[in-house]
Amino acid sequence: MTDLDDALKELPRSVDPFALTLHRHNLELKRARTTILQVNVALLCNLTCKHCHLEAGPQRSEEVMNLGTMEKVAAFAERGSFEVVDVTGGAPELNSNIVAFIELLAAGQKTVMFRSNLTILTDEKRRELLESCCRHRVAIVGSLPSLNVNQLEAQRGSGVLEKILTALKRLNSIGYGQPGTGLQLDLVCNPTGAFLPSSQHGTERKFRFDLQKKWGIVFSNLYTFANVPLGRFRQWLSASGNIDKYMEKLASSFNPCTLEGLMCQKLVSVSWDGYLYDCDFNLAAGIPLGGARNHVSAMEGPPMPGTPIAVSDHCYACTAGAGFT
Amino acid sequence: MESYYDRKDLPKFDEIAKEAPELGKKFFDYYASVFSEGDLTEREKALIALAVAHTIQCPYCIDAYTQACFEKGSNLAEMTEALHVAVAIRGGASLVHGLQMRNVAAKISM
Repeated sequence: MTDLDDALKELPRSVDPFALTLHRHNLELKRARTTILQVNVALLCNLTCKHCHLEAGPQRSEEVMNLGTMEKVAAFAERGSFEVVDVTGGAPELNSNIVAFIELLAAGQKTVMFRSNLTILTDEKRRELLESCCRHRVAIVGSLPSLNVNQLEAQRGSGVLEKILTALKRLNSIGYGQPGTGLQLDLVCNPTGAFLPSSQHGTERKFRFDLQKKWGIVFSNLYTFANVPLGRFRQWLSASGNIDKYMEKLASSFNPCTLEGLMCQKLVSVSWDGYLYDCDFNLAAGIPLGGARNHVSAMEGPPMPGTPIAVSDHCYACTAGAGFT
Repeated sequence: MESYYDRKDLPKFDEIAKEAPELGKKFFDYYASVFSEGDLTEREKALIALAVAHTIQCPYCIDAYTQACFEKGSNLAEMTEALHVAVAIRGGASLVHGLQMRNVAAKISM
């Protein structure tokens, strides 16, 4: 039995498989021009957040991209004429070759995004990384699910809010998030439980007001994303008795208009060992790009426009409400 | 455990309109208008609804507006503060009637 079969078995009876919902709406999910290369440089992380679909954590010390694979990824980024490289993890800071990777990408003149849980980005050990990010105008995308200390720390671990605030102040002090510097500091806000995210516009307005008023912190943009029912988040949903209600909520919030803006239409995701997936969530679910394991070194370029995107029931998370772009 | 209240009833709320569709439609249209953004945001309205839900002690409303408050961007501290506003008014309303007690007591006392 495959992981996909397992997932289908776990769907509540009231929820149709995602593929059937697409079919009913006469919709297909196909690639547009692929311009973004997302690179998961490590499943190793300093945190074990309850909403992590990748189940990243300190115990995953072997699942870290080596320099050889990074070189192959950078070469693929060149061959594929990708416009943006989105560096993620785990905690990408914990990859000992991360500075070399950013330098490689910058040498190829790629626009680089660096995703961070913010708790270790500004440690003294990351000075060189931060300098490299500044020098190459790398956009930093920091995760900040809530400004409520109890909710945030229930999801991410105790003491996390203080570290995040320290990091944000430090980033502000070197120009990140400040208008006119060109140093972009974006925030990502995932719900701290089995409910859908609030509206992006309203949440951004509220976070901007609260962060400025309470701590004098500024940022560029805020994005709200639904938690995807995979990995550690799925385990928590099941253990807490929320899985059926959450899946029903996602499925009943299916919005066909979101398909046009879905990130998977213009992004491919590379795992720490160099294999390709349609998105980060298919990576977590073990559903490879094109149905077969393709290594980045064997790919001539990105998938062609029109190539079908593999879907599964976790796709409901990206198509609920206002969508996941 | 069997209970008069069942959370599975909540999503079936609109079935209440089956025997009186016109009245049901009027109520649900009004309800939707009340909770849409006006001078107050949807987030603020959901907080008010949560506080009122505790005052009338409606488990359906508490369930629905706890969820709604999270989804409109409120956090647990804000929701708890809203609840305390309801508690303060409810408690204050009882306490202020103590003046009636005092008036009656004064009238019948020597």
